[in-house]
Amino acid sequence: MLRLEARPAPSRAMMFASPLIAAAAMLLTGSLLFSFLGQEPLHAFYVYFIKPASTAYGVGELLLKATPLILCGVGLALGFRASVWNIGADGQLTIGAIAGGCVALYFREVDAAWVLPLMLVAGALGGMAWAAIPALLRTRYNTNEILVSLMLVYVAYLLLSYLVHGPLRDPHGFNFPQSRMFQEAALLPLLVEGLRTNVAFILSLVLTAGAWFFCSRSFIGYRMQVSGMAPAAAAYAGFSEKRNVWLAFLISGATAGLAGVGEVAGPIGQLQPSVSPGYGFAAIIVAYVGRLHPLGVLLASLLMSLLYIGGESAQMELQIPSAITGLFQGLLLFYLLAADLFIHYRFKPAMPVLHAVPTTD
Amino acid sequence: MSPEHLLIPFLASTAGAATPLILAAMGELVTERSGVLNLGVEGMMLVGAVAGFAVTLSTGHSSLGLLAAMLAGMATALIFAFLVLTLQANQVATGLALTLFGVGLSAFAGRGYAGQTIQPLPHLSFPLLSDIPFLGPLLFRFDALVYLALLLALAVSWMLNRTRLGLIIRAIGESPQSAHAIGYPVIALRYCSVLFGGALAGLAGAYLPMVLTPMWVEGMTAGRGWIALALVVFATWKPRGVVLGAYLFGGVTVLQFHAQGFGLEIPSEFLSMLPYLATIFVLVLISRNPQTILLNKPMSLGQSFRADQ
Amino acid sequence: MPADQPRLKMLGICKSYPAVVANSDVDLTVMPGEIHAVLGENGAGKSTLMKIIYGVTRPDAGEMLWDGRQVRVRSPAAARKLGIGMVFQHFALFETLTVAENISLALDERVTPALLGPRIRSVSEAYGLPVDPNRHVHGLSVGERQRVEIVRCLLQSPRLLIMDEPTSVLTPQAVLKLFESLRRLAAEGCSILYISHKLDEIQALCGKATVLRAGRVSGCVDPRRETSRSLAEMMIGKELPTCHMAPRAPGEVRLAIRKLTLSAADPYGTDLQNINLELRSGEVVGIAGVSGNGQQELLKALSGEVPLTTPAAVQLEGRDAGLLNAAERRGLGLCFVPEERLGRGAVPDLSLADNALLTGYVPESGMGMVRNGLIQASAVREFARRVIDRFNVKCGDETSHAGSLSGGNLQKYIVGRETLLTPKVMVVAQPTWGVDVGASMLIRQAIIDLRDQGVAVLVVSEELDELFMMSDRIAVLADGRLSRAVPIAEASVDQIGLWMSGNFDADAIVADQGAGNHA
Repeated sequence: MLRLEARPAPSRAMMFASPLIAAAAMLLTGSLLFSFLGQEPLHAFYVYFIKPASTAYGVGELLLKATPLILCGVGLALGFRASVWNIGADGQLTIGAIAGGCVALYFREVDAAWVLPLMLVAGALGGMAWAAIPALLRTRYNTNEILVSLMLVYVAYLLLSYLVHGPLRDPHGFNFPQSRMFQEAALLPLLVEGLRTNVAFILSLVLTAGAWFFCSRSFIGYRMQVSGMAPAAAAYAGFSEKRNVWLAFLISGATAGLAGVGEVAGPIGQLQPSVSPGYGFAAIIVAYVGRLHPLGVLLASLLMSLLYIGGESAQMELQIPSAITGLFQGLLLFYLLAADLFIHYRFKPAMPVLHAVPTTD
Repeated sequence: MSPEHLLIPFLASTAGAATPLILAAMGELVTERSGVLNLGVEGMMLVGAVAGFAVTLSTGHSSLGLLAAMLAGMATALIFAFLVLTLQANQVATGLALTLFGVGLSAFAGRGYAGQTIQPLPHLSFPLLSDIPFLGPLLFRFDALVYLALLLALAVSWMLNRTRLGLIIRAIGESPQSAHAIGYPVIALRYCSVLFGGALAGLAGAYLPMVLTPMWVEGMTAGRGWIALALVVFATWKPRGVVLGAYLFGGVTVLQFHAQGFGLEIPSEFLSMLPYLATIFVLVLISRNPQTILLNKPMSLGQSFRADQ
Repeated sequence: MPADQPRLKMLGICKSYPAVVANSDVDLTVMPGEIHAVLGENGAGKSTLMKIIYGVTRPDAGEMLWDGRQVRVRSPAAARKLGIGMVFQHFALFETLTVAENISLALDERVTPALLGPRIRSVSEAYGLPVDPNRHVHGLSVGERQRVEIVRCLLQSPRLLIMDEPTSVLTPQAVLKLFESLRRLAAEGCSILYISHKLDEIQALCGKATVLRAGRVSGCVDPRRETSRSLAEMMIGKELPTCHMAPRAPGEVRLAIRKLTLSAADPYGTDLQNINLELRSGEVVGIAGVSGNGQQELLKALSGEVPLTTPAAVQLEGRDAGLLNAAERRGLGLCFVPEERLGRGAVPDLSLADNALLTGYVPESGMGMVRNGLIQASAVREFARRVIDRFNVKCGDETSHAGSLSGGNLQKYIVGRETLLTPKVMVVAQPTWGVDVGASMLIRQAIIDLRDQGVAVLVVSEELDELFMMSDRIAVLADGRLSRAVPIAEASVDQIGLWMSGNFDADAIVADQGAGNHA
């Protein structure tokens, strides 16, 4: 029989291996699920996980969908490192989209190069403002930031819904609940002709690099990490908890807001009742699977993006409902959390029983 | 219209909106009193909802549907319990994972049920009582779960405060180390309380497609699981506070459907925001004084515990 | 049953954890009615052995005989069924529950707490251990809590009572009372296993002693026939080391606490009432007292972890520091070694180098660890290596995780880090709590060396012996009030003991009797 024992020090090898184990376990479960659904597992596997990324266009789609995940995921990872639980990134993304969209619609006659940067700034500020609410309530009134940030997601959705049904509705849009299409100057330039990937992807790479530098070299990053790992040690060292909460929320709010602009100024091109299929939530998984490390987030985002486009591909070709994507996402995080056990514990054979003696229970 | 015609449907639908909140929050309350924070209520509710709907649809028996919902809730809770209790995973992260998983699983499992309807749970009718003017429709014409939820709150309150089991649950919620040292099987007891929470969350979820809107809609819980979590804090971990809070929230939630009758001309989106804004508001109210939370929160809430052997 | 039948016999007990061998081939024999000491320094494996007997932990190998019969105890409930009771060093009590509820939880019979009240009262009176069954545990003092634990055991008429380091939470006078109760119990035939590292107590109380060293039995003797020296040798393999402290005239006031009053942030904490103290350059002031009497609150008020509202309540080198936060106070030359090493004094999952940055970042320390907001990794590593070398910290290197060090080595690292940051005022809490004898002496000597360099040092400790060894002046914290600080030459253990029970007027009586010689 095996039993668990604590390792003397956390295993670095397992830190890196655990996401890979989780991904492998998810793929295995996926194959089982496919055969359960009456599909030929290998073929379904191919259609789901390989085919979508086997063409140039497919790779473009992969990067396109990865962009908002990277943006949200990097911000959340910084926050989670500091044990600040912003789970409302989807709301901040939505408000960012609204703010950026409002700029685009307000300057719809303007065809200048500053429109797009202004939209990005507005989006980041919008996301920060939305994230500032849970930060303020947590630091001022000690209110649980998980619940507040989550509640604000629903409020943001409803706000967007109100706007596209009302004030921002396209007057020539046959009463469809959506805004005008954005003008050329308010759309993110494409990277390569024929692909839908746009410059937001480059932006996300730059931010990832910046976040990496921030985590590994800056003293602020160190302070946030200590606050997350050992709050009492942070207080002992004199690191302000309030500043930690504010920073975590403002950073993750800003990146989520940028992601929102990236969607409406990118593949969507207008404001619609829904601008995100839950990127802000998927980014929670991305942050964890990426080990809360910016580079890891980048890789995890690509995997998660593959799950999205694989789901679409499977629906089209195999008539497997695309809802299976959500199932895979959840499973991935479950497997990761389970595999993480072995960072701190290892198996050891249980000692054989030496004597047979009467037992008192 | 007379005020009575506005007020009775409003108050009656309040009970309907409050019931799933009471059920889910009562389960979470017991889980948290034992020291485990399960943020996956929303996910467990969704899985319970789709299971209850599917079984009712295929068997035609709503009691089987309710049973299936509870079992489904327990099954998902078991995953959570295994991860956090046996594998020592972070409770916050695992709870979030459970919610995301529940959203995905229910959407996947419920894909074939869109557009189908079932017979909602019957409203009980008490001889004589139900016919009392005003009070009859107000108090005696609900489905069985409305009453069950209230009885359950009483039972949980009695169990926690008056029984040895309740004493033990409170003890392991305060200090699992001490409880372990004097010989209580902390992990096993926490498994039980997490499963109890799962069963009730499943039941709460099933209430939506089996009573409130007798059909399955993806993501139909719309944050009710999170509101239930907030209710537990609002109630400072006490059953009677949960009931009070749930009825308050129920009222706020159904306000949007009755607003026009009351003569309120506000865009429906803003009325729909009310439950969420109200949740934030009461959370601020209750946590404003840090001592309120410190004095009432189970002391080991959210912390992993491993018995060294 | 023959009279010479041992009540408990442990044979060849082995237990190892990933990093340490806690028990290796340990034998132990306890006779009926015997008060048997298990003696050993921190980390010798005493607590592990007791947990095995009580069924909390299972041994890897070995056997246990109870009244001559071989048994395997799988759980504390099984141990209690045999008649074994245990008083834990860190009490197994629930603060939010009443005394009666706490006791009912540990009884295997199903009695409602309400019905237990009279039984609790009668047992507690019979053994001179007064407790009120209806009070909540969070309102009890540490000594009262221990009485609850003992009464909890006595209600089950135990035949073996295990006491794990029971006197660390008691004043010297309370220790004598406890001994009376234990002797009465032993006279009735109950065996007592008394775990301690304090030689004088064991010589006063116990008729037999099993000495453990590094997990092995190093002797089984009658302590009354041994000298402290021979016992110490058995315990640590050599004579107890001492530290050297020459008299020295103190300099100017570095830290002043004036009329410090503070209500505790923790609902179950202790409020501080009108605390006054002056700490001078080149002196060590020791603060004695049982933990839970405001130590945590006082230390956090001094360190700046809990901000104050009155500027002058804490002054550093004449400057009002009450409103300053912990970082700003560090900037004024305050260094602090907290009681909890893992999670407060050091981050377990960070390397020793990263833990050097935890307090070394302060610009005033002149270490240059942070420039323009960026971490200077080489400066940080170099500083960490210096601490490791100078304080003989046993570890891999500066990249080892803090959590992988033994308690003594981590404490040396933390004390070393704070020392090398060139403090003007140094505050140390429980400097040697849970630390082995060798490391303890090194740490105490390091603190005395700081004082000799002119640093003002405040030491808060539960160990009276330690404070008498290294203080120039000593004061007592009890119920959130601080006594005046008396020169160590004028202080007696009895007087300090009386102060520890909150009776600050007691010295007047002592003075009347001619025993006190203070001004």
